[in-house]
Amino acid sequence: MTRVQRGANISISEVQLMEIARKCRIDIVEMVHKAGAGHPGGSLSAIDLIVGLYETEFRFDPANPNWDDRDRFVMSKGHASPAVYSMLHHLGVITQSDIDSFRTLGSICQGHVDMKWTDGVDFSAGSLGMGLSFGLGCAIAARMDSSERNIWVMIGDGETQEGQIWEAAMATSFHNIGNLNVIIDRNRIQNDDFMEVQMEIGDIGAKFQSFGWKVIEIDGHNMTEIVEAIKQANNDQTQAYAIVAHTIKGKGVSFMENNPAFHGKAPTDEELVLALEELS
Amino acid sequence: MSAPSSGGASRDGYGSALLKLASDQRVVVLEADLGKSTKSCLFRAENPERTISMGIAEQNMMLVSAGMASSGKIPFASTFAIFTERAFEQVRNGIARPGLVVHICGSHGGIHTGTDGSSAQSIEDLAIYRTIPNMTVLHPCDDLSTEELTLQLLNHDRPSYTRTARNKVPRVYTQNNVKEIKIGKGSIVKEGNDVAIIACGVMVNEAKIAAEKLSEEGINASVIDMHTIKPLDGELIGKLAKECGCIVTVEDHSVIGGLGGGVSEYLARNIPTPLEMVGVEDRFGESGDTSELMSHLNIDFNAIISAAKAAIKRK
Repeated sequence: MTRVQRGANISISEVQLMEIARKCRIDIVEMVHKAGAGHPGGSLSAIDLIVGLYETEFRFDPANPNWDDRDRFVMSKGHASPAVYSMLHHLGVITQSDIDSFRTLGSICQGHVDMKWTDGVDFSAGSLGMGLSFGLGCAIAARMDSSERNIWVMIGDGETQEGQIWEAAMATSFHNIGNLNVIIDRNRIQNDDFMEVQMEIGDIGAKFQSFGWKVIEIDGHNMTEIVEAIKQANNDQTQAYAIVAHTIKGKGVSFMENNPAFHGKAPTDEELVLALEELS
Repeated sequence: MSAPSSGGASRDGYGSALLKLASDQRVVVLEADLGKSTKSCLFRAENPERTISMGIAEQNMMLVSAGMASSGKIPFASTFAIFTERAFEQVRNGIARPGLVVHICGSHGGIHTGTDGSSAQSIEDLAIYRTIPNMTVLHPCDDLSTEELTLQLLNHDRPSYTRTARNKVPRVYTQNNVKEIKIGKGSIVKEGNDVAIIACGVMVNEAKIAAEKLSEEGINASVIDMHTIKPLDGELIGKLAKECGCIVTVEDHSVIGGLGGGVSEYLARNIPTPLEMVGVEDRFGESGDTSELMSHLNIDFNAIISAAKAAIKRK
């Protein structure tokens, strides 16, 4: 049976990708505004990376999101759920009414992404530091089954403060895993404040490299760099890649950009109008 | 690596069960540098390609297990009971919440572990895992029942925690009658109608000794192996409450939240009945010989006899 694989869609243009990301950004600010809660900053920093992944190398069939041999996307920074929901909305896996129900009772769009609630979500996140380990488990299982599926994990830079990330980094290298890659959303802001105030991790790439990972540093809002890095990591099955994506928290909405206040705060009615003007 | 000896510790039953489960290719085993202790080493020796060394990193082990479960595997992950507690939140959020079927085994549970001292003596594990929705919690009493219950986990549809013990104890079951035990159903080890002694783990043997001594005084006690702490066999507890009129719970665990906690919750809600608890009072253990410690912490057969008499008086 031939399946529609997004992985075949590598000819999509940078302009088209940016347009998809723009629409996703509109979804993100609208759903957080409607819910009156959520995490717009880290969703806006991550969305270009997610679009760049799903629209190029990622093997996924929107008509059959639970296809066993699909690639896995483990959104470890699960508070940035609006970014994932906006992507799944674009792909037609979830609907506008699902988006509109974000964070309400019974919604498939839970506050933090949850595989138990949403088709197309591969991990139940919400507690930072766990997703890379989960992805490693998926990767080991895929290798045991001689499956072609690749595992993609997205973590936040603040999340690297959790020790479990480094347990997983060590184990990935020890077990010679080549079908696992991590994208680090390096936006330099965490819940309370800038990382340099709270707990600066330093050179994340060098740290992954010291654990035996191949590291690529990119501008996380430059689609050419995003697509190229994803392609390189995806095509090399000999080792795990850490893509350190330098991003701007709140990217695309001027008053949210680089502003710790919008880590976990919904825009007001007036702020929504301003945001949508900027994104239109 | 020698095979488990006859009449081994419950951890030996875990090891032998893993060997039998190996014929199912979905079964994988994860270790955190304690395979020789938990007995998962038996599986490793014959199935190295399906045994994953996680090093001394329990949090990672729990989520790697979860990822494998999400990909069609049936992971059995083991370490010391106390070190599973280190990864409690990983079990809660990463395994139980999405309902991923991972089977965790915590060996060396309770003060029975002895001379290692309080840092190794998990007396909270049954309580904490019992609070997690979706979790099945087991604490078998001997090697045969541990093997049987572990084999049953292959077709179990939810995550589980099984506590095993380090030390050998006399077998409660035989090769024949052990096949009758079932997850979720308490086993009647001895019938009696003056008092029901509901025990788990290594304390089932201690309860049997207490019941024999009570019978010499004309007190007819029933002894129950409540190997499944969750889901708790409320039907049996209700029946025992009616037939005996008083109950004693016995566990190598804190009196807070474990078997005694579960039984008392059931009784209070359904059929209020005099209850005495034998377990570690609200304190940590310490180094010592196992039998010395059991006496020192008031969880040996003498404590059970006293508790049984106290319970009968309250009828």
